[in-house]
Amino acid sequence: MPATETAIPATDILEQRSRRDARHERLFRWLLLGCALIVLASLLGAAGATLWGGRDAFGTFGWRFLVSSEWDPGNEVYGALVPVYGTVITSFIALLIAVPISFGIAVYLSEVAPTWLRTPVASAIELLAGIPSIIYGMWGLFIFAPFFADHIKPWLTSNLGNKPDDGKLSWVAEHVPFVGKLFGSDYPFGASILVAGIVLAIMIIPFISSVMREVFQTVPTRLKESAYALGSSTWEVSWDIVLPYTRSAVIGGIFLGLGRALGETMAVTFVLGNAMHLSASLLDPGASIASTIANQFSEAVGLQKSALMALAFLLFVVTFIVLLIARLMLRRLASKEGR
Amino acid sequence: MSALYLRRRVTNAAAMTLSMLATLVGLAFLAWILWETLRQGIGALDLKLFTKVTAYGEDGGLLNSMVGSLVINFIGIGIATPIGVLAGTWLAEYANRTKLGESIRFLNDILLSAPSIVMGLFVYTIIVLPSTALTHGSTTFSGFAGGVALALIALPVIVRTTDEMLRLVPSTLREAALSLGVPQWKLTLQILIRAARSGIITGVLLALARISGETAPLLFTAFGNNYMAWNPMDKMSSLPQIIYQYANDPGEAMHALAWAGAFVVTMFVLLLSLVSRLILSRTKVSHD
Repeated sequence: MPATETAIPATDILEQRSRRDARHERLFRWLLLGCALIVLASLLGAAGATLWGGRDAFGTFGWRFLVSSEWDPGNEVYGALVPVYGTVITSFIALLIAVPISFGIAVYLSEVAPTWLRTPVASAIELLAGIPSIIYGMWGLFIFAPFFADHIKPWLTSNLGNKPDDGKLSWVAEHVPFVGKLFGSDYPFGASILVAGIVLAIMIIPFISSVMREVFQTVPTRLKESAYALGSSTWEVSWDIVLPYTRSAVIGGIFLGLGRALGETMAVTFVLGNAMHLSASLLDPGASIASTIANQFSEAVGLQKSALMALAFLLFVVTFIVLLIARLMLRRLASKEGR
Repeated sequence: MSALYLRRRVTNAAAMTLSMLATLVGLAFLAWILWETLRQGIGALDLKLFTKVTAYGEDGGLLNSMVGSLVINFIGIGIATPIGVLAGTWLAEYANRTKLGESIRFLNDILLSAPSIVMGLFVYTIIVLPSTALTHGSTTFSGFAGGVALALIALPVIVRTTDEMLRLVPSTLREAALSLGVPQWKLTLQILIRAARSGIITGVLLALARISGETAPLLFTAFGNNYMAWNPMDKMSSLPQIIYQYANDPGEAMHALAWAGAFVVTMFVLLLSLVSRLILSRTKVSHD
């Protein structure tokens, strides 16, 4: 008797339990999905919010917003050209400096250095990536920019620029087009587009070099050893075997660094000088999108605030595209490996 | 033959020397930046940093900024950790190799390096502006808004590490639990997350290191405050924000205070990355 009495409720309990589990399972699934969608929402939201905030500026100026170099809060005229140019040129200089150095670091750490040295040096370089950008900014403002103004800038202006201190044009400035304009400046301080580019380069070197090092290590050893067995030198293996094999990921790493450089705010704001006018010289101060927003947003009202939001939207869209390309390139190597 | 051989040897030697020089340049800049931060920071260290608020200006300290930084970071990590861990779990356990999962993983990687200043403007639009409207015009920057902005920056870091760490958990563990009839949610919460715990904690620490130096998004969200504020609904100072403000000040004494703040932030961040590295290396050993 007692056996049958407990048998029926037992199946009941079991069924109840499995139903409860199924309900919890559904709830849990929805909860997880909701959290994952927040990632999506924050991307869309950032784009949407800045576009919405910038609608007045886009509506008032239309396409002229992109090509006008005027930024005049007094007359309520705003154009994006100066900050866009500053962002592009500083990032370009940063890449010009950072890519060869990062490649050198990656080659050294994956092919040349003695094994015991590789991990500590790689960790030290990656430490650079962890330092907050505001520290780079302070170092740039108080240490590097004065150093640059005292020791590097005079040499550049007198040997390459079209406005040398002693009034005598150098051979380069006279005979090579553009160079004189690029390095001519009568601005007395260090803060300039070139310094911002250099500080940015130092910031993105650890990102690019660690991506390069990682992908260099994915090259199959037998490929490299075959080349060595045929008598290749270390450099020939790096340049003719390792680099072609990892090309797409290397480009991805470079674009990742570019994405960082474009959106960087603090390091650039400190050393760019924040001048809202266009100058051909790399030694003159300038402005970037991020530095303009950081400097002006708190006090901006009305159309100026909207123009800053519109700038932020441009920045977001451009970095999104750059990072998209970076990830797609990085993924190409991963799929080649069958991951 | 020998001319070609010589040229190849010279090219190789030159390239190897240059690669070593590149590494030295990288290390030199690291040493230069750290050295200046240490030198200027230690020179400016003083007990009043930790006892006085910024309202005293040159004679003040950074107490309110440190408290503000702690509160804002705490809010940021507090929001980002549960959302990030759950989202990462979804990617690894429920949506691995599905189309939506792959695209969210991809977009999360992009969010990882999205410009932080835009995130600040986003939070300004969704939190500061509406709360301004609710309080009839007085602009309500708040520590809470700053925390949300930092949460958006910490989120992708946590999602990514959780995702990666869970995918490292051997699938035999899942199969063993499922064959015993454990429902999947229980398996996920009680077995998988526990197995990947130290990796997930590392991710949270890395995210904390990342946000504790963030300045740009705080300028338009937490704004700054010269007095002590504990209430997250008030304007709040933070170390990066006060560094930015003081470094742009013409006074030398202010610069010293900024360096002291920079020193504190750098030490905190480096300590965090050191600790997370240690945790990660320990787990690697235990898995082998």
